[in-house]
Amino acid sequence: MADLKLEGSPKTPTIEFNSGNGYLLIRGRSIPENSIEFYKSLIEALEAYNDSPQANTKVDIQLEYFNTSSSKCILDVFKKLEVINSGNSEVIINWHYEEDDEDMLEAGEDYQAIINIPFKMIEVEEE
Amino acid sequence: MDNIHDFYNKMEKGNIMLSFKGEVTSDLLTSILQIMESKMETLEEPPKIKKKVYNILVECLQNLYHHLDDDDFKTKINEKSALFMIRKVDGEYSIMTGNFIANDNVDLMQGRLDRINAMDRDELKVYYKEVLNNGEMSAKGGGGLGMIDIARKSGKKLDYNFNKIDDEYSFFSLNIKVAQ
Repeated sequence: MADLKLEGSPKTPTIEFNSGNGYLLIRGRSIPENSIEFYKSLIEALEAYNDSPQANTKVDIQLEYFNTSSSKCILDVFKKLEVINSGNSEVIINWHYEEDDEDMLEAGEDYQAIINIPFKMIEVEEE
Repeated sequence: MDNIHDFYNKMEKGNIMLSFKGEVTSDLLTSILQIMESKMETLEEPPKIKKKVYNILVECLQNLYHHLDDDDFKTKINEKSALFMIRKVDGEYSIMTGNFIANDNVDLMQGRLDRINAMDRDELKVYYKEVLNNGEMSAKGGGGLGMIDIARKSGKKLDYNFNKIDDEYSFFSLNIKVAQ
């Protein structure tokens, strides 16, 4: 089992990873000064999950803000998911963005262009 | 100290919302972001502007933070110090930063900034993806994406300047205007 549950903070997002039902959630803000350190545990959990993944893996990305140092780490997370997707699990990434937040939509599209996994862009109402 | 009032007036006339001079720490960064977020909340800025300003603030402040974090940076009193200001004039936000940089690094930095400034919106998007996907990530994270991201989000050219201080150092100023 490679489950992970990290509480969000002003600079880091909530992360929930449940290997039992193949679900990953990243929600909130991701603006830590040291992103590599923060994302290390998730990268490791995904590597372990790849040994015996579920038939379907669903990913929800609900980020409000992320810095450029996180953007590299998020790409690394997606690259791990890409490996899982080309193996025994079908992965889908739901990229949530608030209406009018073109920058966040565009950021999702940037990843979509790089990563070979189906992306679904989901517009949500502002809180 | 009878010029404190002058100082106040200068900042008032310059529409300075917030300014800081000194060493940029992780805690300071958190505080500035919280202060600016609540200020923009009070001013009832549209979510779009709020997000843009916040994002650019994060990148600018973290640039200063990581720059000062450099181990190879020689520690003379001034060089650890940076300047940071936010102003709002006629509804337009400007984020200004200033810090010391070794003269040896000026050419490289200027080259990067000019390359970014020569690009239009679509070219910046392509360049961002290229650096994101292929660029080496430094231990600190950035990997050269910060300035590209600032240029993309601000929608304006990076307005910068290098002032040579002495044989070793220059003062690097950056003024980012956030397009409405």
